[in-house]
Amino acid sequence: MLAAEISHIAKSFADKVAVDNLSFSVAQGEMFGLIGPNGAGKTTTIRMMMDILKPDSGEVTILGEKLNEATKNRLGYLPEERGLYKKLKVLESIVYLASLKGVDRHSATEKANELLTQTGMLASKNKKIEELSRGMGQIIQFIVTIIHDPQLLILDEPFAGLDPVNTELLKGMLADLRNQGKAVILSTHQMNQVEELCDRILMINNGQDVLYGDLREIKARYRGNSVILDFKGELGEIPGVTGKRIHKGYTELMLDGKTTPQQVLSHLISRGTVINRFEVATPSLNEIFLKEVGKKS
Amino acid sequence: MNKTLLIFRHEFLHMIKRKAFIIMTLIVPVLALIGIGVFQLISTGEPPVVETSTIGYVDEAGGFDQYTTQGYVELVHFDTPGDATAALINGDVSEYFVIPSDYLSTGVINRYTLERQLETPPAIATVIKNFLTSNMLADKVPPETVYRIEAPLGLVTTRLTETGEVATEQGGYGNVIIPAIFGLLLALSLMLSSTYLVQGLGEEKESRLIEVLLSSVSARQLLTGKVLGLGVAGLVQVVVWLASLPLLLNLASSTIGGFFSTIQLPANFLVLGIVYFILGYLLFAALSAGVGAISPSAREGQQLAGIYTLLVFVPLWFASLLFVFPDSPVWVVLTIFPITAPIAVMLRLGVTGIAAWELAVSLAVMVLSIVLVMFLAIKIFRIYLLMYGKRPSWGEIIQNLRSG
Repeated sequence: MLAAEISHIAKSFADKVAVDNLSFSVAQGEMFGLIGPNGAGKTTTIRMMMDILKPDSGEVTILGEKLNEATKNRLGYLPEERGLYKKLKVLESIVYLASLKGVDRHSATEKANELLTQTGMLASKNKKIEELSRGMGQIIQFIVTIIHDPQLLILDEPFAGLDPVNTELLKGMLADLRNQGKAVILSTHQMNQVEELCDRILMINNGQDVLYGDLREIKARYRGNSVILDFKGELGEIPGVTGKRIHKGYTELMLDGKTTPQQVLSHLISRGTVINRFEVATPSLNEIFLKEVGKKS
Repeated sequence: MNKTLLIFRHEFLHMIKRKAFIIMTLIVPVLALIGIGVFQLISTGEPPVVETSTIGYVDEAGGFDQYTTQGYVELVHFDTPGDATAALINGDVSEYFVIPSDYLSTGVINRYTLERQLETPPAIATVIKNFLTSNMLADKVPPETVYRIEAPLGLVTTRLTETGEVATEQGGYGNVIIPAIFGLLLALSLMLSSTYLVQGLGEEKESRLIEVLLSSVSARQLLTGKVLGLGVAGLVQVVVWLASLPLLLNLASSTIGGFFSTIQLPANFLVLGIVYFILGYLLFAALSAGVGAISPSAREGQQLAGIYTLLVFVPLWFASLLFVFPDSPVWVVLTIFPITAPIAVMLRLGVTGIAAWELAVSLAVMVLSIVLVMFLAIKIFRIYLLMYGKRPSWGEIIQNLRSG
């Protein structure tokens, strides 16, 4: 059973098409990246998946069925902009929102204490939400998202506004959840986060599918014919290298069509060049995105 | 537990813990108790000494020399206005008046005082009037007749039922006071509960919590839970007030007596009070849900809600007119128009009572408008729940209602 299956959904608002015939699926135990620039239609897509907005056309299937009360209980959603009841205490907020996901108060309290301990926030459990810093509030909201042990997690810009420590904490917890077999959909415009975490991606722009598939495959597909080299000393002439581009801290070598990176590497080693870094140049998702969007327009 | 019930529980508990709610609920009984206590303190002390005052007069017409003691006022005769003015400046008299020689034909009395007044104090006017009347009638009719002429009417009205027996409800201000106070409280309670509903929705929208909630429950569950939670809290408030009224009244009439012992609760008052609170609240809740849905922030929502919460008070503005023109058709309109109905009914119950057909029409119109507004509110709620930032124009809303 797929964690989520979206087929041909579309949504227009009064003056613009927000999502245009989008299809994708997310498997169990997969970390899936929904990426695109601001305003690409990511949040609208997620709201349609959550049944907050009705699609104009197309179908959404969550955990094998149309979204209903039972499936809502197996779903965790972290919206893009965060907020909790300001006047409510941390523990009360978590327990109330968990109870709306069908968790009884007793287990919710137990699990909340566990997660607060794990995130180092146990000391704040009787503070009011309004007394917390922004980052702390976000961690609490993340706890609310996962407290009911959902099968599918949908996170809209989860790292926005987090400091590096909390970002790492969150990444670690997400990796644990994936390893437990949960499906995670990560929607973000920060493509570097996706490169680090996701197995598969859907890249959208102006509501349309730009790229969809396995992240490694996509990157391999866009791999250029060049290598990145950080070395000491003189480089001199290397057979098969047609050009050199000097960057800060490394040099990019352009290869001709017949030479492989292995051949270049063995040539450098045989010449005794001191190599600090040698890698096949793969474009970042950002570069791939810019290339794809540039192509279409 | 059912999710609607969970939301209901959360909203109810949250509401009854609010300071404003607790203060509003307890302020009625507490203020009344304080009032009774203060009265007790004052009334057990020495009775206040009423100072006698002295008024001068100059009798140019002649014959006004008897009855110079009128209650606490002593009247002193002066020969000329000059003497009287001197006495006034000296402080021997607080004021004086002159009875001109042509008084009998003109009726004019000239009054002189050092004080700036809006008009002659009624007590003084009565003293002067009685002094003149008594002197003119002296020796012409017996003294009892003089008194009767001064106070000819001690009206005692008794209301009979159609079978000719003395009715249990006698009317009068004693009958009005409680419904009027309760009407005011009902309006405040309706305003408070619907304000909290708009505010709550506005806050959830502003904090985007609404998305988290809707990922767990449906819009219908959320709205039903909220409306019922806040409504039951409001009902608790109204019941506390209604229950404390008879107790406080008993206390007041046994300790203070007087006017308080004439206070009566109109028949059906308690039942209608609760019925109209429930219906009024449901109507307001539905309106508030709609307003909460279309407003981008709590603040803007409250401004919009101000429009209809202000209308609730309309019958109270016209309350004094009700006493003068109780049969005006305006009252029928206010009784039937759903937003003003709860308070109009409360007020009229105390003054004249309401015809059965009017009550029936009023209740029917309320129920119908609740159903209609609820229907529209749920539709609007669903469409505008996630719109942040800008409030849609009325044209857009109507268009969306038609299409969606």
